[in-house]
Parts: sequence; C-alpha cells; structure tokens
Amino acid sequence: MKWFSINRFVAVLAKEFVQMRRDRVTFAMMIGLPIIQLLLFGFAINADPRNLPTMIDLGDNGPMTRAVVSAMQTSDYFEFIGYVNGYEDGERALRTGSANFVVVIPPNFERDLIRGDKPEILLAADASDPSATGGAVNALGGILNVVARQNLTGPLAHVVGQPAPFSINVQRHYNPEGSTATNIVPGLLGIILSMTMVMITAVAIVKETEQGTMEMLIATPVRPLEVMLGKILPYVFVGYVQTLVFLAASFAIFDIPFTGEKLAFFIGFNLYIIVNLALGFLISTLVRSQMQAMQLSFFTILPSILLSGFMFPFSGMPGWAQFLGTGVPATHFLRLIRKVMLKGAGVSDVTSEYISLVVILLVIGLIAAKHYRQTLD
Amino acid sequence: MTDDLDIAIDARGITKIYGKNTVVDNFDIRVPKGAIYGFLGPNGSGKTTTIRILCGLLTPDAGNGTCVGHDIRTESDKIKAQVGYMTQKFSLYQDLTIRENLDFVARMFAVKNRKKRVNDALEGLGLSDRSHQIAANLSGGWKQRLALAACLIHDPKLLLLDEPTAGVDPKARREFWDEIRRLSKRGVTVLVSTHYMDEAVQCDNLAYIAYGKKLIDGPSASIAKQVGLTTYRIEGEQLSDLEERIKGEPGVAQVARFGTGIHVSGVDAAILRDSVKRIATQENRKWSEQPAGLEEAFIYLMTGSSDNFSKPNEAAR
Repeated sequence: MKWFSINRFVAVLAKEFVQMRRDRVTFAMMIGLPIIQLLLFGFAINADPRNLPTMIDLGDNGPMTRAVVSAMQTSDYFEFIGYVNGYEDGERALRTGSANFVVVIPPNFERDLIRGDKPEILLAADASDPSATGGAVNALGGILNVVARQNLTGPLAHVVGQPAPFSINVQRHYNPEGSTATNIVPGLLGIILSMTMVMITAVAIVKETEQGTMEMLIATPVRPLEVMLGKILPYVFVGYVQTLVFLAASFAIFDIPFTGEKLAFFIGFNLYIIVNLALGFLISTLVRSQMQAMQLSFFTILPSILLSGFMFPFSGMPGWAQFLGTGVPATHFLRLIRKVMLKGAGVSDVTSEYISLVVILLVIGLIAAKHYRQTLD
Repeated sequence: MTDDLDIAIDARGITKIYGKNTVVDNFDIRVPKGAIYGFLGPNGSGKTTTIRILCGLLTPDAGNGTCVGHDIRTESDKIKAQVGYMTQKFSLYQDLTIRENLDFVARMFAVKNRKKRVNDALEGLGLSDRSHQIAANLSGGWKQRLALAACLIHDPKLLLLDEPTAGVDPKARREFWDEIRRLSKRGVTVLVSTHYMDEAVQCDNLAYIAYGKKLIDGPSASIAKQVGLTTYRIEGEQLSDLEERIKGEPGVAQVARFGTGIHVSGVDAAILRDSVKRIATQENRKWSEQPAGLEEAFIYLMTGSSDNFSKPNEAAR
C-alpha cells in the first residue's frame, strides 16, 4: 500500500474542480464578492485614533523643547516611546512600523525661537495608515500654539503673536496625499482572502461529511493527505485569482502604488493563503455541518477585521487587545502588505511577519492534525 | 489471517460504546465465503455500526477479528481494497455525472483499465446513453443501481450493503436482488442489512440484532425453529373481530393476518393450542397447525425485542 498516490490525489483534485465549476453561485461569489467588498470598503472607512507610538529626535533640550514634548504627550495623540538619532534612524523606525511618528526638534530650536527666527519642527508621519495619523497631525498645530502662549510669557511674550513663533513641517511618508483608500485597499486583500479561504475550505470539507460522501471516501483506499491536498489546492488557485483581480482593481481604480519587492509580496501572500486554508481545515475538523462551519468561520473573520489593525489602528488598541490581535494571521499580513506595497519593503524588512505567520500556521496545523479523524469514530 | 480459508468474515466479541450507550454488544459473526448473510433488526439496533467496524471505518472498543483475511483493527487498508461498501444514504457526489462518479471511485481504487471498466459498468447499468446526467437528478432506484455499480467497480470479494433498498420501488428491488444473487453465485460474499421481510427470505444466513445484541443467528431455514414458535391458522369471515378477541388469550404471543386467515403464534405450544381450540370451536371456525415460517419468527422477534429491551433507543446511529 503506497503512502501517497499521485493518481488518487489528482483524482480528488479534478473532482473538486468539476464540483467548483458546477456550483456557479459559489464560484461567482468567490470572484464577485471580493470586488464588491473592495469597492465598498475602499471608499467607506475612516477613523481617529490616539496614543500613537512616536519617537523623537532631540536636537535641542531646553525648557521650551520639553514643554513642546510634554504638551504633545498630554494631548493623548502622541505617546513617546523612544529617541532616534538622525534621519536614517527615524526612517527605519517608520518603515518597520515601530513608530507612527518621528518628531524632529532642530538644533538650537530654543535660541532661534527667542530670536524670532521661527524655527521649524519636523513631524514625519507614517501616512500609510492615514486614519491613524491624520487626526494627530491635525491636532498638532493647536497643541503647539497653546504651548507657545503658556510658556512664552514675561520678557518672551513679544515672540508670541501672529503668525506663530515656529512652524511645523509635516512629512507624510508612504502616502503623501493621506488617502484612506491607499491604506484600506491593501488591507482589504488580507480580509477578503481570509474570508473566502477560511470559509470555503471549511465548508467544502464539511460538505463531504454532511452529504455522506466522506463515508464513501473513507471506505476507499484513499489517504487523508491525498484528500486534504486534493481538496485544498483548488482553493489556493481561487486565492491566486482573487489576488490578481484585487491587484488589477487596486491599480486601475484606486491608483495604489506598489513600491516594494514583488518577491516579498509573493512569499507573504502564499504563506497567508496557506495559514487561512489550514484554519479552514481546522474548523472543518471541529464542526459537523456546513451551517456550523459557516458560523465558526464568521467568528474568525471578525477579529481579522477588528483586531488586526484593518479597521482600527493596531497601536490605538489597549494592550490585551493587541495581544489577541497578534494571534490573528491578518494582523501580520496587513503589516506585511502595507510595508511592501506602500513603504517599498523587501524580503528582509518583513521577516518578522513571515515568522509570525509560520508560527500561527504551526499551531493551527498541530491542532488540526490532532482533530482529524481517519475513521468515522 | 483466518484459520479457515472459506470464511469471509470472522469476528468475536465486537463491542462499540458511544458515551454511555453500548451500540454493539459482544457481537460474534462468521460469514462463509459466497454466502448472502442478512442482518435484521429494528432501527438503531447497531447494524450500521457493526458493518462499519467490519470494514475498518470504525475501531471497536473491544473484540477482534478478520474480514477477507485481514485484521479489522490493523489492516483496514487491505480490507478496503477488497470490500465494496454501499452506504445507507446515497454517498456518491450529487453534483457529478454518472460517469464522473464511477470514474472517480475507480481512480480511488486504482482500477486497471479504468476507461473500459467504467464503460462496462455503464453498459451493465444500461446507462451508457445517460452517462452525462448529474447524479442528483436520478430517481431513487437508479441512484441505488449506480451506487451498487460504484461498489463493484474494483471487483470486491465482499459486499457490505447497508439497507440498500430503502426507498426503492418493488420492481427495482427485485432486480437488485437478482443482481445480488448473480454476484453470490460468482463467489462474492454479501452482507446485507435490511428491514424487509421479503429480502430476509432471500438470504442464506440470518442474524437478528436488537440493541446491539445478536439474538439469533443461523441458516434461514432454521430460524423459525430456533425461535421455537408454534403457529395455528384460523380461517373464516370477520377476521378483525377474531383478531381482537384472540389477542389477549393465554399463550398467544402474536397474531398476524395472512390472506384469508390469521396466524396465531406462541412459544408455549400446549397453552396456545388450548386457547386456539376454545376460541375456534366457540366461533365455529376452521383451524389447523401450521409450520412456523420465517415471517412469523421475524414478526415475533420484531415485537418481542421492543418488549425485552425497552431501554431508551438513543443508540441509533
């Protein structure tokens, strides 16, 4: 008895494709729904979060500088998490996502301020998630004006006046127009893939149990691995089609740039598809009917939307929610795709996301393997 | 391996427990090669579970045995390759065509000369010209014939048929049994579970199961004897009244109508005889002793089992 028969595997695969082709409604949903979702959410979503991780490049350390920093912190929009040293350092912090903002206070800020030279504070923002940073950027002007009024008193009062004693230069990195679509659309691929991959896999496998055909399959010499791969592979293909449709739409309709390495994206989305298929397979081993499979799949989709940083900025969530979000595959894929498409990241920039996805895959795979029944017990 | 090469199934002490329910209880079975072996019993009596255990789809909690010469616990792969299992529910793909279904099953069993086998099977079914019809659109009778053809595509030595004729019209059922007998003549062993009396009569051997226990087992001809029934036939008009009257009499275990008379059966021959004689004489009817047939034994077992084992029937699977 052979351990794996290519022939049987191909037979299952071919059968699955025929069934997919016969089920026109589901097939149309797999291709049509993603486009509808893309258009709907791409144009619809926005938000205004607080407590965004911010790093600071202190060129000056006088009382006025400290007042500016503490006022920004008090405003709740910014949370200072560390210092950077120089442009390169700041750029890296933004690209890896460890900070949403880098504030650069120029050298001799205080001296120039008192002289009335109107020094410039640089605020470099990661605008690839404009919903995260937009509100904070807008609030900054008001914050700094209040700082000026409260601190420039007595002999320095003459500096305050119209126009403001110093200016802010906001640099929107990765998404210069601050377009929400630029942020939402790459994220949507993560959600759409997760939704269809998990649900369709779970349902397709449970369908065999529910309609009794699994009993017939198990009664033949076919191996679980042959069934599993044969059933799952067609949906990998569907995932590829969805990704292609998605990429085409995001270039043609939303004008999203693709600045990073294609290879980094390719590895990432394959990994992500596999994680989702494994999750769908896990669900199918836990449930007894297609209805239950649907419900459980939906249960996994909500965290993908709400906790992954897709709908609401990840950094704006409380610690426990971030902890839960870390276990959601979409969280890592979202970071990955934003880094690659918008920030021009390469394979080496997204290794941490790859590792996270592989760890999740291993955990899901282990649980699924434990639950899979070769017999009907 | 079996010690006896003429035995297709030989299993002892098979037990399967789901939660608190013992679905199959210390079950022994021995099926000679080429026999048609019938499984009788009410719904939920453990017939399906037993069949699944025998072909390696379920692992028994206790007991062991062989099926087509291979261990049912450890060699289910080898068993599967030689057994055709027809499930109670239609278990081919509803959304595939007749040909696609047969072809798929043939590929699962790695059948040699697949195309020819599938074409032959289609011809045998008389479905060559409808081979592209979707299985979901077939009538119950055709679905059953297709399912049987799929079970036979790899020339199995043993056929396990789980209530194969449920929901099939009498003509199709008769044709189905003709086919089964042809197969049996060619040396294929057939284990079939059924509710139907007329199918039970077709079997060489019968086992009666209730609540997972085997109550009776033997060649069809000896079943009535084993049950130990004595039967009297009373004839005449207005049988319904007579039926009502005689039901409660001492020694009468069951009353069933057969044509123009009623058959009154019981296990205690003497008491039964007294009761029948008294009633028949009072009403001035013809009465005679009758050799107890399989029908009476079967009905007796069916009604008796629900009395003897009035445990909750949750074990149904």
